Amino acid sequence: MSKTCLFVIGASHHKAPLEVRERLALASEEGLRADLAAAPGLREFAVLNTCNRVEFYGVGADAEAPACVQAAYCARQRFSAAEFERIRFRLTGRDAALHLFEVASGLDSQLLGENEIFGQVKEAYAAAQSFGSTGAVLNRVFQKAFQAAKHVRTHTGISAGRVSVANVAVELASNIFGSLAGARVLVLGTGEIGEGTARAFRSRGAADLAVAGRRIERAAEVASSLGADTMHFDERDSRLADYDIVVCSTAAPGAVLRTSAIAAAMRRRPARPLLLIDMAVPRDVEASAADLQNVFLYNLDDLARIAEQNRFAREAEVARCRAMLEQRADGLWRQLQAQLAASDPGAGAPGRGAEGQAATP
Amino acid sequence: MFADLSDRQWLWGAAGFYAAGLLLGMVSLLRGGRTSGAAIYGAILAGYLLQFIGLGLRGHASGGCPLGNRFEIFQFTAWSAITLYLVVGVTFRSSVLGFFTSCLGAALTVLSLSIPSWDAIRRTHIFGGNPWIELHAALAMFSYGVFGLLALTSALFLLRHYSLKSKRVGGWFSFLPSIMDLDHIEVRLLGTGMAILTAALAFGSVYWSRDTATVGHVKLAATVAVWAASAAAFALRAAGRLLARRFAWTCLALFAAALLSLEAVDASRHPGGAQASVRTPP
Repeated sequence: MSKTCLFVIGASHHKAPLEVRERLALASEEGLRADLAAAPGLREFAVLNTCNRVEFYGVGADAEAPACVQAAYCARQRFSAAEFERIRFRLTGRDAALHLFEVASGLDSQLLGENEIFGQVKEAYAAAQSFGSTGAVLNRVFQKAFQAAKHVRTHTGISAGRVSVANVAVELASNIFGSLAGARVLVLGTGEIGEGTARAFRSRGAADLAVAGRRIERAAEVASSLGADTMHFDERDSRLADYDIVVCSTAAPGAVLRTSAIAAAMRRRPARPLLLIDMAVPRDVEASAADLQNVFLYNLDDLARIAEQNRFAREAEVARCRAMLEQRADGLWRQLQAQLAASDPGAGAPGRGAEGQAATP
Repeated sequence: MFADLSDRQWLWGAAGFYAAGLLLGMVSLLRGGRTSGAAIYGAILAGYLLQFIGLGLRGHASGGCPLGNRFEIFQFTAWSAITLYLVVGVTFRSSVLGFFTSCLGAALTVLSLSIPSWDAIRRTHIFGGNPWIELHAALAMFSYGVFGLLALTSALFLLRHYSLKSKRVGGWFSFLPSIMDLDHIEVRLLGTGMAILTAALAFGSVYWSRDTATVGHVKLAATVAVWAASAAAFALRAAGRLLARRFAWTCLALFAAALLSLEAVDASRHPGGAQASVRTPP
């Protein structure tokens, strides 16, 4: 029986509410890394520190290693050990590997199937590598986790579609224009939702943005934060033909874009489609504009419905993803058992599994 | 073992691979995953090679480009469309186009193979040993293949357009390319098809001007009508007068017209003269 164990210990959004996660998040990992490097019996480790989780992956010489990590973390973070004990999870062996697979695949994320976590896991691994705290076991586990995550994202619909309203708007624009690098975006209104959507467009490559609001100072402020141009609100009709995507989120009591104005703009650019994203309530764009050729109009309800459909579609894929990941985790664990047993001082043949292979609460 | 296979057996093999590509795409789509572009491309490529051998055997036997009956015309049109797909499909970055191409390939080849009367009698030496006429016919058929691929792209455009207008963008629709990408490809394919057909007509007109009696009026009118329709569609699109859905529907109609014109072309050939007819073994 091998004494060397692969483990993960940490806390995540599943049990820790936001106010607790704010206290759990590490402002800097450097000090803790030094503490962990000095922890007795901890052979390898990596720290995954995001807004939704703080997790420590490690290889210990014995079953005491996770407790050492927990103690070092609580001491460094000045977090109550008793409180951490209540919210933390601890997994060992195959279950620890499976957990990392699920995290990297976005299966364990608050926003199911999101992609950002994959990059965060890669960064965590790169940081651990550059610190020199990974070895043969963690290197293998992380590499396999990246392969597994890529596999499920490619072969299932776990990351298909967008699940936030802003990202659905960006996805719609991609469905019309392909690459957004050449698309021109006009944001009408200076509210939070419009600004957030504009940021989503910017993050997906839209380089040419303009902001128009009734209060030009506020529009200039928002435009400045987005790196966009400012436009006078009264120019919206005359310059509409210059834009491919219009995001509307004003607080106006009635329509600010009339069908007649949109039709006039389309006559000046008949070959190029126009996407109107109306996020305002009451609506900013006259509904009859949807009937115009090459005009695609989506309001807040449309976006929310698509986001909801995408979320359901992702949830329907969870069981299939989990089956794929379990199969890969089982395969990895069979290989790792021999590797872990060989790393025991005076090791003989690998046993039937390290102590505490199952999940421990 | 393979040396004993007849041309039709090779062509059945090709049809089988095209159908396999179609099946692969269907299974992937029904399972909710992305269609496997490489697998479909591989199936189409295998089918293409078998079809190349089958048509090559036919061409060798008939002493020229195998366009001696409706069966051969359908086979050659499918082969032309797939030739172009294999060239542009790699850069198209859409496995859905591969799926639709395998659908077109399977439909044209299986349909032509399933109707024995289309291949009961085939004309041989139909070009009378004139390589220019053979080039004219081959280019014309190739342009029809381009129009076939254009029709597929237009069908994808209409599906994408419908999904965006009806606000159903999830599931199967999420695999479709963007409206703008499809529109650009439509324009390029129409331009390519028109250019090839223009070249085909130019080669044909040289022969026709020397001996106007050998070309039937119906064939001439049908071919020129297809060319005029493609040129008009291209000009109207360039002028911004024929756009989006209307342009896509026009491209579909153009392919349908091209297929219908083949009837007129086929009927205009008279069995006498330099042509000879052979009965195809079942």
